[in-house]
Amino acid sequence: MVTPSLLRRATESLSARVRWHPLEIIFWLVAFGMIWLMPTRHLILTEIAWLGLFALSLDLIVGYAGIISLGHAAFFGVGAYAAALLAKHELINEPVLALLVAGLAAMVVGFVTSFLVLRGSDLTRLMVSLGVALMLRELANQFGWLTGGADGLQGVVMQPILGYFRFDMFGHNGFIYCLIVLFVLFLGARRLANSPFGLSLVAIKNNPLRAAAIGIPVDRRLVEIYSIAAFYAGVAGALLAQTTAFASLDVFSFDRSADLLLVLIIGGTGYLYGGLIGAILFKLMQDYLSVLTPQYWPFWIGALLVAMVLIGRDRITAWNAPLRDIAAKLDWRAGRRAAAAAEDR
Amino acid sequence: MALALETAGLFKQFGGLTATNDVSLTVEAGARHALIGPNGAGKTTLINLLSGVLKPTSGRILLEGTDITGLSQHARVGRGMVRTFQINQLFGDLTPLETLGLAVSERNGHGMDWWRIAGSRQDLIEEISSVLERFHLADVMNERTAILPYGKQRLLEIAVAIACRPRVLLLDEPAAGVPEDERHEILASIAALPQDVTVLLIEHDMDIVFSFAQRISVLVNGALFVEGLPDDVAKDPRVKAVYLGEEAHV
Repeated sequence: MVTPSLLRRATESLSARVRWHPLEIIFWLVAFGMIWLMPTRHLILTEIAWLGLFALSLDLIVGYAGIISLGHAAFFGVGAYAAALLAKHELINEPVLALLVAGLAAMVVGFVTSFLVLRGSDLTRLMVSLGVALMLRELANQFGWLTGGADGLQGVVMQPILGYFRFDMFGHNGFIYCLIVLFVLFLGARRLANSPFGLSLVAIKNNPLRAAAIGIPVDRRLVEIYSIAAFYAGVAGALLAQTTAFASLDVFSFDRSADLLLVLIIGGTGYLYGGLIGAILFKLMQDYLSVLTPQYWPFWIGALLVAMVLIGRDRITAWNAPLRDIAAKLDWRAGRRAAAAAEDR
Repeated sequence: MALALETAGLFKQFGGLTATNDVSLTVEAGARHALIGPNGAGKTTLINLLSGVLKPTSGRILLEGTDITGLSQHARVGRGMVRTFQINQLFGDLTPLETLGLAVSERNGHGMDWWRIAGSRQDLIEEISSVLERFHLADVMNERTAILPYGKQRLLEIAVAIACRPRVLLLDEPAAGVPEDERHEILASIAALPQDVTVLLIEHDMDIVFSFAQRISVLVNGALFVEGLPDDVAKDPRVKAVYLGEEAHV
């Protein structure tokens, strides 16, 4: 009954979503190439890696599910403290396992607090997420016997990764470790974003009323993605704690949540790479500008943001539209697909 | 004959306003049933109650004999109660292909599947393709829904509901706002719905109502006013008085 060419085109279009774009391959080759290309910059590259993961986590809820948050540092902080405490008290000595446990701890907090952000509009969600992060920060401050309070958690000694790779003072192994974790979790997010589950999140973001009317359990999906995003953020926080062997109250700070939103907006939401690109641009700018003007560098970040909004107007991320056009033209397979489709007709 | 849908003493109050007043409606399985009434009669409120968007103040809703009054919207869809909307409610960022794929995935219980890629199930693709073809959406299947022409969006609005494989389909003014020359596509697709699907149609356009419905219920001020065969309803002087009075062509 259905014409075979339509079947073929439908299969093709649905599976095209997950095919690797050449630029993606280049992106990751360059990222891993940094291990050898810039061995003296591994400390800042490490920061870029965990910040990218953190921003990817925010993209999952902002860019896909449409939940806007100003308190994503809550989960980052839980992950950071969990990893630092596990190492300090020698509960779990192996960093990879500790990383997983720290992520799960953040996930539990994400699950519990997700019910608070379900209800209400964007503004409510902003306030609730902000409130949760503030509360967690003060809890960490109060329980000084456990967290070290305002002094931070000192005396953390990290054991070698997998019992073999030591965290060296130049951050070589730390960077490789962060990059691999980032890549693995990115693969997971990429898979998730292109699955029926990921599509249902976009549907909920676009129109929750209709999403429910085609049988999507809206609240449950939001709880699930919020928990998953909390896991990602927790892992990012744990990476910071493990690579610096330190955790302080500042992991929960409002600045961190707000900066994160900036990072994601600079890179663009809803296509997974936004967080990573944003993290690269943000850290490089911060690094460059803070050398030029140690005190006033946020001025230039602010100026850039204003410029981006003026160029983009209705969509903040429109500033990188020309980049995306180039990306589309570079995709030789897209051309081949179009030719094949033309033959069908 | 078996009842597909039944409401018993359904009330809905918004503050002091009674939007649905003691509605006891029965729709037989496989029926083509139309619900008409003047503006503000509470037709859309009734659809919202049936589909679970609103909770009734009192009363019960039975779907194929089972009480679904307490079920959520998505659970009702799972049992086969599916609706369309008077004003398009679509997913602007998704393509028609993705939208239909999503609806079919959810129905099959693959919605939680976050690992399998959307395009890797052959049976799913066959079903989506057949819906795309039936609703004349194949040529725009890869366009973002937000940029589709209105008529195509209207078709997609119904196609999405069909992809949920309804037992009872609630159509809320399917032809609303569609230009005259695109109307026949919508009407043809409604006429071609499988016979075992029960359809409850809300419509203002009397031509559509009388060409389609085998039974008509008239709603006035939130209450069921008259119910019967199309000819009887058309002849009923009370109906003419409140509603059809000035519709000379009926």
